[in-house]
Amino acid sequence: MSEASATVHTTHEQTFVSKYIISFDHKMIGKQFLMYGLIMLLLGGALALMVRWQLAYPEKPLPLIGASENYLENSEVTTFMDGLWDNWLSQDSDDQNWLTKRMPVGIITPAFYNALFTMHATIMVFFVVMPILVGAFGNFLIPLMIGTKDMAFPALNMLSFWVAVIAALIMMAGFFVPGGHAATGWTGYPPLSSDPTWTGVDWGQNLWCISLIVLGVSSLMGSINYITTILNMRAPGMTLMRMPLVIWSLFIVAILLLLALPVLTSALAMLVLDRLAGTTFFNIEGGGDPLLWQHLFWFFGHPEVYILILPAMGIASEIIPVFARKPIFGYKAMVYAMASLAFLGWIVWGHHMFQSGMNPTLGATFMISTMVIAVPSAIKTFNWLGTLWGGNIKFSIPMLNSIAFVSMFVIGGLSGIFMASNAVDIFIHDTYFIVAHIHYVVFGGSIFGIFAAVYYWFPKMFGRMMNNKFAHIHFWISIVAFNCTFFPMHILGVGGHMRRIYNPMQYEFLQNFEGMNIFITLSAFVLGFGQLIFLYNAFYSAFKGKKAEDNPWKANTLEWSAPTPPPHGNFLTPPTVYHGPYEYSVPDMEEDFLPQIEKR
Amino acid sequence: MSQIAATIDPAENPLTPEGSGKLGMWIFLAGDAMSFGTLLAGYGAVRAGAVDWPVPQEVLGISLTAVMTFLLICSSLTMVKALSAIKNGDSKSMVNFLWLTVLGGVIFLGLQAYEWTHLINAGLGLTSNPHGNYLFGATFYAITGFHGAHVTGGVIYLTILAIRGMQGKYSEETSSSVEIAGLYWHFVDLVWILVFTFVYLI
Repeated sequence: MSEASATVHTTHEQTFVSKYIISFDHKMIGKQFLMYGLIMLLLGGALALMVRWQLAYPEKPLPLIGASENYLENSEVTTFMDGLWDNWLSQDSDDQNWLTKRMPVGIITPAFYNALFTMHATIMVFFVVMPILVGAFGNFLIPLMIGTKDMAFPALNMLSFWVAVIAALIMMAGFFVPGGHAATGWTGYPPLSSDPTWTGVDWGQNLWCISLIVLGVSSLMGSINYITTILNMRAPGMTLMRMPLVIWSLFIVAILLLLALPVLTSALAMLVLDRLAGTTFFNIEGGGDPLLWQHLFWFFGHPEVYILILPAMGIASEIIPVFARKPIFGYKAMVYAMASLAFLGWIVWGHHMFQSGMNPTLGATFMISTMVIAVPSAIKTFNWLGTLWGGNIKFSIPMLNSIAFVSMFVIGGLSGIFMASNAVDIFIHDTYFIVAHIHYVVFGGSIFGIFAAVYYWFPKMFGRMMNNKFAHIHFWISIVAFNCTFFPMHILGVGGHMRRIYNPMQYEFLQNFEGMNIFITLSAFVLGFGQLIFLYNAFYSAFKGKKAEDNPWKANTLEWSAPTPPPHGNFLTPPTVYHGPYEYSVPDMEEDFLPQIEKR
Repeated sequence: MSQIAATIDPAENPLTPEGSGKLGMWIFLAGDAMSFGTLLAGYGAVRAGAVDWPVPQEVLGISLTAVMTFLLICSSLTMVKALSAIKNGDSKSMVNFLWLTVLGGVIFLGLQAYEWTHLINAGLGLTSNPHGNYLFGATFYAITGFHGAHVTGGVIYLTILAIRGMQGKYSEETSSSVEIAGLYWHFVDLVWILVFTFVYLI
């Protein structure tokens, strides 16, 4: 297409609705997903802080909204509270409003506590990390970085976002139905999840299942789009082995999503049948098998953890070479390592079920296949270190967050080996050691990857730079508070502190941990409120930030060759690619970078 | 959107150079195969763990289902004929073959409805089974129901295609729309053969 017709293409009239709401443009859909994820991040974070409050100050009223201590010492109130504890399962009294049912005088009830940690995990996994890493950055980056105008199926792309919105609304509705929201943990194990009599949760759990089925449809549409676009629409010269690593990671993740999510969808359909039609797929009395759910859930669930971490790995692989001004160390090894991580993810699901009852031979098999994952993970880590080695490192804000990603991922990865070991897992399963591990991988890994990506691509997305001072304050608060929050959880876990318990203080052997629990909670509040700086910075900079140049980081990949922000149709002239994406500090060249569209 | 589809930019080794729709359908079918695979695996797991699983043929009978299977295979054949007709530019006979395919799908659904009614009247429900294990009914209705939903979707899809064909929307150059629909229809057919084998025969 000539330059003239490209201009015509970019200037056709758009109404407010077609530009910002029912948009077919991959960049706008990416921004929509980013907004969606950040809003859900606030909600998921607030739920986590409430969980932490209860663990540090069990059965004490929440700050600000709770009643004062003096009020609680009143004998009338004490009698009222005792009555509530006796009847906490039958939440049918009409004289209470939404808040006082769940938090009488500001104290979190056990039933509400269960819903809190369940929804914290569900929201963070399905409505924050997946929409931001896969939805926002997948949509925004794939067409730009492979040099095409848009996704293969723009209408499907638009539908994918709005179906995800419907899923979120269904999930939110669960907070307001009688009986409260799903309270079985994000894994939804039957019989807890299949029979309402155990948790007292009726429609909350149904809506939880339905919402995730709807989200599965959204994700299916997204992955069809990503795979097709990457396989069919790369610019001339953009061979597979010249693709940026973040595109490789999103490609592999799209395949995982395509093959893993339908497994969850089918399993959820069986669970809904069990709950609503009275079938007995997961009910042992009716000839079913609760373990069947665990197998199906983790057959989806283990690829799912790679869906959460692989895009962040791609993002770090993209940012580290730019700010070390060096080619990535071992490009092909990085690609093969990601592919083998994705493959290994399919054959390790049993390590989540060591304590559910398993043939010891099978357990040993799962233990070995799990430990093999350390090999590709180590290849990636050493390649990142190899890239940094001897580089001309610039500690810009995306770089700091990427290095934080690598370091936190190493800690999270190493604690994973403990749990992979059959014998050690007997001791630490379902303790805070697991909670520490998952947060080092998903917060320390994925969320720091998200921070790095937002800081790095913000200029291209919104045409403005983010404020550097706020970004540094946010980074240092996050990294310090993150480690203060989650590192002590390893110690709690080894000390036998079970996860998902309402009140640790009722166990004598956990009473020594009160101080540590309080320290964790205070750090968590610092961490949580620190994120407000990030949100403020993002919203402020989107409108008032310093104008960005086309290529502020002097990077090679194609998106930096497009105008800032890229117009509808992305490139003024269709790009042609001449070499790989990481040609930094090429000898005998004046500039220390060589964009992919320039001949050597 | 149509602009983007119409002016395909030069690209590096596209997997399906004639258009992205075909690749998209293949990818969708891979994901859909996982949904069916999960249901069939779940069926296998509960059946393997059951002691009172009835012999399927005795409860379900296979003569009617054999006719249904034959019908679905014939409809796949007419689908192939429809595609080859449009590839030769014969829009009229493509439409005829498409209607035949739709007819095959509709008769299949009718027979399935008849079969379900018959079995429900005989006491086989989602939560009841006079011949033994309760999950026999649940897995049967879940799997054949999920497949029936796919056939229903396919019938609607092919009806739209046939109506658009009658309006003269397809030619040799745009035959890939028919080919894509064909991929879906053959997939539904193939899944039925697996369902027939695992749920009725074995």
